[in-house]
Amino acid sequence: MYYLGPDSNLLSRGWLSATLLATVAFIGASGCSSDSSSSGKLVLTGSSTIAPLVAEIARRFEAANPGVRIDVQTGGSSRGIADTASGSADIGMASRALTADESAQLNQHLIAVDGVAVLLHASNPVKSLTRADLVAIYTGTTDNWKAFGGEDRPIAVIHRADGRSEVSLLSKYLGVPASSIQADLIVGENQHALKSCAASEECIVYMSLGAAKLGAEAGVAVRMIPVDGIAPTIAAVQQREFPIVRPLNLLTKGEPKGLAADFLKYAVSAEVNDLVEAQGYVALER
Amino acid sequence: MLRSNADYLTAQIAKILAYLAGIVVFLVFGFVCLEAVSALGAIGWSQFVTDDMWLPTADKFYLLSMLAATIVSTIGAIIIATPLGIGCALFSRHWATPGVAMWFRRLVELLAGIPSVVYGLWGLVVLVPLLAEFRSPGSSLLAGILVLAVMILPTVALLADTAIGAVPVTYIRGVAALGVGKFTTMMRIVLPTARAGIATGVLLATGRALGETMAVLMVCGNVIQMPFELLDPVRTLTANIALEMGYATAFHRSALFVCGLVLMLLVGALVLIAQESTVNEQTQAG
Repeated sequence: MYYLGPDSNLLSRGWLSATLLATVAFIGASGCSSDSSSSGKLVLTGSSTIAPLVAEIARRFEAANPGVRIDVQTGGSSRGIADTASGSADIGMASRALTADESAQLNQHLIAVDGVAVLLHASNPVKSLTRADLVAIYTGTTDNWKAFGGEDRPIAVIHRADGRSEVSLLSKYLGVPASSIQADLIVGENQHALKSCAASEECIVYMSLGAAKLGAEAGVAVRMIPVDGIAPTIAAVQQREFPIVRPLNLLTKGEPKGLAADFLKYAVSAEVNDLVEAQGYVALER
Repeated sequence: MLRSNADYLTAQIAKILAYLAGIVVFLVFGFVCLEAVSALGAIGWSQFVTDDMWLPTADKFYLLSMLAATIVSTIGAIIIATPLGIGCALFSRHWATPGVAMWFRRLVELLAGIPSVVYGLWGLVVLVPLLAEFRSPGSSLLAGILVLAVMILPTVALLADTAIGAVPVTYIRGVAALGVGKFTTMMRIVLPTARAGIATGVLLATGRALGETMAVLMVCGNVIQMPFELLDPVRTLTANIALEMGYATAFHRSALFVCGLVLMLLVGALVLIAQESTVNEQTQAG
């Protein structure tokens, strides 16, 4: 027998067994998570905006309920929705409202509210932007900060990766299709967005208000600006005055039962308000 | 008798371990093919090269620009890292005092051990703002090439160091006895003799640069376009998979596995080339 030699029968058999193994492993993994509520284990997947908050809530819930294990995985709102619908996650996380099709098969449980803020580099003198300004910037019709009272410099437009909930929220707010947005830079996670915006005075980005607030407080060289005259504050989000506000939802397939129901009840209770605020999000009025 | 038993056991264990390692390769390849097949079956290879853009949510699957970005960034990094790496190796073997050489080698080894995400973060907060001075937003092909070059430099340097160290000392003494200067000795004797080892290092480094994901995702800008200018943002195949996998469902997901398959084929071709060239070197040397 040679190591993977051409005359080894591993070649002919390995192919089949490899595929089989992969399939078995895959089914095994998803099987474990789907009937986990009885064994004291919950799996949550979805939005990377909600995941840090839910992880904190889960930690506190685990401490209060020994023997319970909660597994929080990120992967975007779309994954949260798909996993919950397919049953491979007990609870999904989505940082946007569900569409009519989606809400027909899933239940939404609001746990907090977040805004999508517009950020400039800290040293950019532009004071505020209107919706029309943002349309001009994001569709590429205006490419100089001078048009908005800034310096005579080009605008570096930072866009987010396709499929993120911020993309659909912004394109809905601006009233332009996502495919017509002209980007100089495309980033993924919130931290990536924050650091990229801080890299140049010419940058503009949109991202989670909570994450932006935490970043600016930690000394990252960015500044949130008022949009359409509304300042990006927690109060403005709370009053739903801020232009782009999004619900942070937990999702279940049908009415939650057992451990999932207990966890959801805990996640919407006033006991987690301090955790919600620590993440920079707006807690529910209870 | 006992001894041959032990021999037999060791051989069997080694065989099983070797097979396991081999099977993993087939498993991964089989899995990627399996996942890619639904996209390939439905749209065929042609759309991946004839569409005008990559927008899987709108059934457009053009990936040549990302393939080009992957190849160009890798070649750029190799062009920078190869002379630097060989220079490092020559310095540590032939000019540095033994004490300095030892510490220098440790330093290069340390450089090899730094996780890629750290290089990415360094690139994003140090290199990108520097490049943004020339043209905003700074995240660009050039930033990717520079970060990749630093990342693969230790691989080139360490393998070149070993290869140059293995040049028989009698060659060098012989040439020295003829009164040949150090520079000529390096160029005409040392480097040609160590050529095979240096080439192996460069090929390994090429593989690493092709597969690098996090660092290029953080500094390259991720806008999908052909890499025509150094300061243009580009998206590599690896960055594309990492950026969109979390949000991809159904066809989109399968299309990302096609990207993965293309990458695997590229690396596979590289391994074959490496093997060919090593065999040729050996037959020449023998």
